Amino acid sequence: MKSLKDLRLGESGIIEKLLVSADMRKRFLDIGLIDKTRVSCVGISPAGDPKAFLIRGAVIAIRLCDCEKIMLENSKE
Amino acid sequence: MGLTRTSCSKSASNFKGLEADGHRVISIAGNPNVGKSTIFNALTGMKQHTGNWAGKTVGSATGYLKTEKETYTLVDIPGTYSLSPRSPEEEIARDFIAFGGGSLCVVVCDATCLERNLALVLNIAEITPNVIVCVNLLDEAKRKGINIDLDVLSERLGVTVIGTVARDKKSLEGLVQAIEDFPFADKKSNFVMEYPKPVAEAIEVLATVIDKKLNGKINARWLAIKMLCEEIGLISKAGEFANFDIFGDEDIVAAIKIAKKILHQENIAKPALEYIVSAAAVSSAESIYEAAVKKQAQKSDFDRKADRIFTGKAFGIPVMIALLLFILWLTVSGANYISEILSLLFGHIENGLEWAISRTGIPLAIKKVIIEGAFRVPAIIVSVMLPPMAIFFPLFTILEDIGYLPRVAFNLDKPLSRCNGCGKQALTMCMGLGCNAAGVVGCRIIDSPRERLLAILTNSFIPCNGRLPQHK
Repeated sequence: MKSLKDLRLGESGIIEKLLVSADMRKRFLDIGLIDKTRVSCVGISPAGDPKAFLIRGAVIAIRLCDCEKIMLENSKE
Repeated sequence: MGLTRTSCSKSASNFKGLEADGHRVISIAGNPNVGKSTIFNALTGMKQHTGNWAGKTVGSATGYLKTEKETYTLVDIPGTYSLSPRSPEEEIARDFIAFGGGSLCVVVCDATCLERNLALVLNIAEITPNVIVCVNLLDEAKRKGINIDLDVLSERLGVTVIGTVARDKKSLEGLVQAIEDFPFADKKSNFVMEYPKPVAEAIEVLATVIDKKLNGKINARWLAIKMLCEEIGLISKAGEFANFDIFGDEDIVAAIKIAKKILHQENIAKPALEYIVSAAAVSSAESIYEAAVKKQAQKSDFDRKADRIFTGKAFGIPVMIALLLFILWLTVSGANYISEILSLLFGHIENGLEWAISRTGIPLAIKKVIIEGAFRVPAIIVSVMLPPMAIFFPLFTILEDIGYLPRVAFNLDKPLSRCNGCGKQALTMCMGLGCNAAGVVGCRIIDSPRERLLAILTNSFIPCNGRLPQHK
């Protein structure tokens, strides 16, 4: 299964579900990461971690260790 | 305003007594960094220091807005992304809005990322119908090809919507006019979020009972949702506010049981319910956004190219080091000139003072206390510390304004997270170079308590400009 971690620069995906703890989940919901949300990768920091994503009009950086818990739908564009 | 006793103490979140002077209380809410404080200052004519970096509003600053008709008390509440608080500041914001947050709440939004901001607007509009939405930074949005139809927005939200450009004072006149014209006395209905059927039903059952018991002191639907999500701390605060023993009331307890049963039948447990509640706000925001906003071009080419340099693999780090070193060099060498001029000036004043005092015949011991103690010490402090600060902080503000600072944090997150810190610590460390106190205060921008503590404790190892000259 694909996660947010697998998105390369310029690619986008659609959120399927969050596999995170209750606390983290709330934070992600707050930034609008609900199911079916389109997310695209718009930046990768020089060290490769974190990556920056365009989420509902805002650019938000998420560490890879959190990215891998955000699962994407399989269809890729 | 800054770190005053009243803005930081425990009572900072206590808003009672604000209305004592008879003015209507208006709160200014919004996401962090949307120009809230700038609007607050322009309206009140107050100099709460703005700009710089995220999270300056510690407690709540208050000021007065005087119009021809009336005087209002304005409260600048801390920036927050939603009303489910994760930090003390966000809790202050929520408590203020939920429990007697004045007569009117002005929610300031950033037009360049309106969709995200709308979630908070909906959160607030759900609690109180007395809302004016102020869409700020309209000029910047236009430049980015984002066109916002304020009328559609107003219609969908059911509240007044005003567009502003915070740096242009004239554009605020519309906001002042809207506040003056606001129909405080009219009965208005709250924004009603759409929930899936079983959830809506459960909320309805509970809300009807709560409404009867609390006489509408707190919005019943909102409180019902919070009760079903078991936010115990919030509920007891609500009870205190309404002067009513919520958990002790048999009817309410019975209604909670019925509501929970409805949810249980549909297999909706607490985490699922929390998800449904958050998702409802997000998707409402999405549909309103899509109705009201037309986006032309995507992110401009210039931004992309700039980002390839500022956060790219090859250039990101070298450019950052060069830029920060340049600022440091500018600060240190520039400050030397100003320092010299200042100490020359203070030297002259000291000579003059000495001459004046010697004419009065004051004993030598006292003369020394006045000249070498009371005058020379502050003079040295000012001439050494003021110039670097006066250069460094404005430069840092420019970096913030052009959006470079978040990119520094982005670049440095990995190395700092290896040390169990986070990228934002790089910013507080830089601020520590200017002044450790500012650096420590700035640590509020770090979300995780553990990473924040680390940043606070290690900030003192950064030599601030008061200490740097000692190492010459």
